[in-house]
Amino acid sequence: MKKTFGGPAIFLDRSDINTDEIIPAKYLTEVTKEALQPYCLEDLKLEGFDPKGEALKSARVVVSRENFGCGSSREHAPWVFEVNEIHTIIAQSYARIFRQNMFNCGMLAIELPKAQLDRLFALQQAGDVEVNVDVEGQKVVARSGQGEEAFPFEISPFDKALVQAGGWVEFADARY
Amino acid sequence: MGKTIAEKIFDAHLRDEPFAGAKVLDIDRVLCHEITTPVAIADLLWRGKDRVFDNTKIKAVIDHVTPSKDSKTALQAKMLRDWARRHQIKDFFDVGHNGVCHALFPEKGYIRPGFTVIMGDSHTCTHGAFGAFAAGVGTTDLEVGILKGVCAFREPATIRVNLVGDLPAGVYAKDVILYVIGQIGVNGATDRVLEFHGLIVEAMSMEARMTLCNMAIEAGGTCGICLPDMTTVDYLWPFIQNDYASREAACEDFRKWHSDPDASYEKVLDFNVSNLEPQVTYGFKPDCVKPVGELAGTAVDQIYIGTCTNGRIEDLRQAAEILKGRKIAESVRGIVSPATPKIFSDALAEGIIQIFMDAGFCVTNPTCGACLGMSNGVLAEGEVCASTSNRNFNGRMGKGGMVHLMSPATAAATAVTGVITDARTLQKSAA
Repeated sequence: MKKTFGGPAIFLDRSDINTDEIIPAKYLTEVTKEALQPYCLEDLKLEGFDPKGEALKSARVVVSRENFGCGSSREHAPWVFEVNEIHTIIAQSYARIFRQNMFNCGMLAIELPKAQLDRLFALQQAGDVEVNVDVEGQKVVARSGQGEEAFPFEISPFDKALVQAGGWVEFADARY
Repeated sequence: MGKTIAEKIFDAHLRDEPFAGAKVLDIDRVLCHEITTPVAIADLLWRGKDRVFDNTKIKAVIDHVTPSKDSKTALQAKMLRDWARRHQIKDFFDVGHNGVCHALFPEKGYIRPGFTVIMGDSHTCTHGAFGAFAAGVGTTDLEVGILKGVCAFREPATIRVNLVGDLPAGVYAKDVILYVIGQIGVNGATDRVLEFHGLIVEAMSMEARMTLCNMAIEAGGTCGICLPDMTTVDYLWPFIQNDYASREAACEDFRKWHSDPDASYEKVLDFNVSNLEPQVTYGFKPDCVKPVGELAGTAVDQIYIGTCTNGRIEDLRQAAEILKGRKIAESVRGIVSPATPKIFSDALAEGIIQIFMDAGFCVTNPTCGACLGMSNGVLAEGEVCASTSNRNFNGRMGKGGMVHLMSPATAAATAVTGVITDARTLQKSAA
C-alpha cells in the first residue's frame, strides 16, 4: 500500500534514539502492527517530549538527529510509526537496518546534512512546523511562522523504487 | 585491486543489481525465531503467498520466550511451529531442543565460510565468526528471504580492525569488543563490515570469535567477520568431514574466502590490547565503556550470565572458575542461562551447573530470557544488573532498570562481592 508523506512535524533533538526507545521489547509479543499503536516512543526520555501528548498524536513527520533507529532489527520500530500515520522521518543518519526497514515498508527515511537539519530545527522556534515532501522532486518544504524553506534531499534509485512500489515485498515478488 | 572477504561473498552471490549500488544477493541461510517471523508469516498468508523458497535453507527456533509465558507468546510460538510443520522445515527447534539462535545454529553446523545469512535479529552478525556475511534484517527482508531467497544490500565497505599485541590473562573477547565499541562509538561502523585481524583473533576459539562478532552491530556494523582458518575447520569438522579428504584440505578450500593482501579497506584501525583491562559499560549506550577499575564498587541487584554474546560453554567455564567454592553476595540474585541444551548438558557433565547452584545462582533453561526484558529476569524500577549481554539501552531489561555489560568473569566476580569487581583480584587470591 502506498503511503502519504508530509504533515505536522515533531522534533526529537537527540542522536542515537534507539529501537528500544521507539518500541519497548515487551510489546514484541504482538503479532499485528495495529496493536503497537498506543506505544510509540513510550520509553523515550527527552525534555519537553510526552509520548502520550497531542504533538505526537498529530505528527505525520519526525525530525531527529544522528544514527536514528540504532539497536534492534525489529521492524516494529517503523511499524509503530506507520500505524500512527508517520510515514516520513528526517534525520542526519540512520542505523542500517532501521533505514532499510523504512524503505522496505514503502516509507521515507530522509537524510539531511547537519547544517540543514539545524535550520529545520530552528524553524520550530517560530511555532509549529508543517512539512511537505515531494518524493519525485526530492525536496522537503518546511513551513512555520518564520516562513518557508526548501531542503533538497538525495534518495537512491533503489530506495525510490521501493517507495513507489509500496515496499520491498511488492518489488521483489514482481521481479524475482 | 584485491577484494575483501565481504566483496568476494557478494560477487559469488550476486543475483541482481536492479539499480546502481543496490546488490540483491542469493541467501544461503534464512534463520527465523518466534518474535520477528510470525508477522512475516501472517503477511505472506494475507498476500496469498504462503510459500518458502527452500525448506532446507530455512532454520527456525523458538528462543526469545520459551516455554511460552502467556497467551500472546504462546500464539507466536504456535504460528512459527505450525508454519514450520506446514512447509516441512525439518530444522525447527522447540521446547526441549531449543536454545539461543546465535549459539544454536552454529552449534548445529549450519553456517559455512562464504555463506550469506540473514535473520530477523540484529545480532545475526555473530555468524560472521565463521567467515560468513551474516546480517540482521527486519521482518520485510525476512519475508522476502523466506519467499524468494534473496536480500538487498548496499556495496559493503569494510573497516579492518587490527588487534595488536597479547591479550593479558583475565581479559577476554568481550573486553576487546567493548573496548573497540568504546573507541569507535555506536555509529562508528554503520553500514560497514568490521573485519577482525590479529594474532589474538587467530588464537581465539570459535566461541570467542562469536562474542567478538556478536557486538559489531553495537557499533552500527552490518556484520563482524573473522577469516576462516583451522579453528573454523575444527569446529565444523563433524559436519563437513564427508566433504573434504582432510582438515588441511578443508582449510585450504576455506582460504578462498580470505581477503586479498591488496584488498581495499575504507579504514584500517589498530588497537593494541597488551595492556587492556577488563571493560564495563556505564550509562545507556554500548559505547559508554570504562576499565573495570573505574566502576569497581558499584552496587548491583542482579547478575545475568547467558545470552547470544556470552552464554556458551567457554563463558560458563570462565564464570565457574571464579564461582567455584564461593557463594554469591546476599544482596544479589544470580541468573545463569546456558545458551543451548548441548551447552547445558556439557556444563552438567563438567560440574559447572553444580558450581553455579552451590554459589546460589538460579539456572534457567536455554532462552534469550532477561537480555531484552521479554521473559524471565526482568528488572524493577531503579534496579541494576551486571550482565554478559550486549545491549544496555535505557529500560532494556525492564522499565527503569540499568544494565552494565561485562565479561562472564567480571559478572561472576561481581556476583561474589555484590559490587562491580575486577575478577583478576579473585583469581589471584584463589591461586
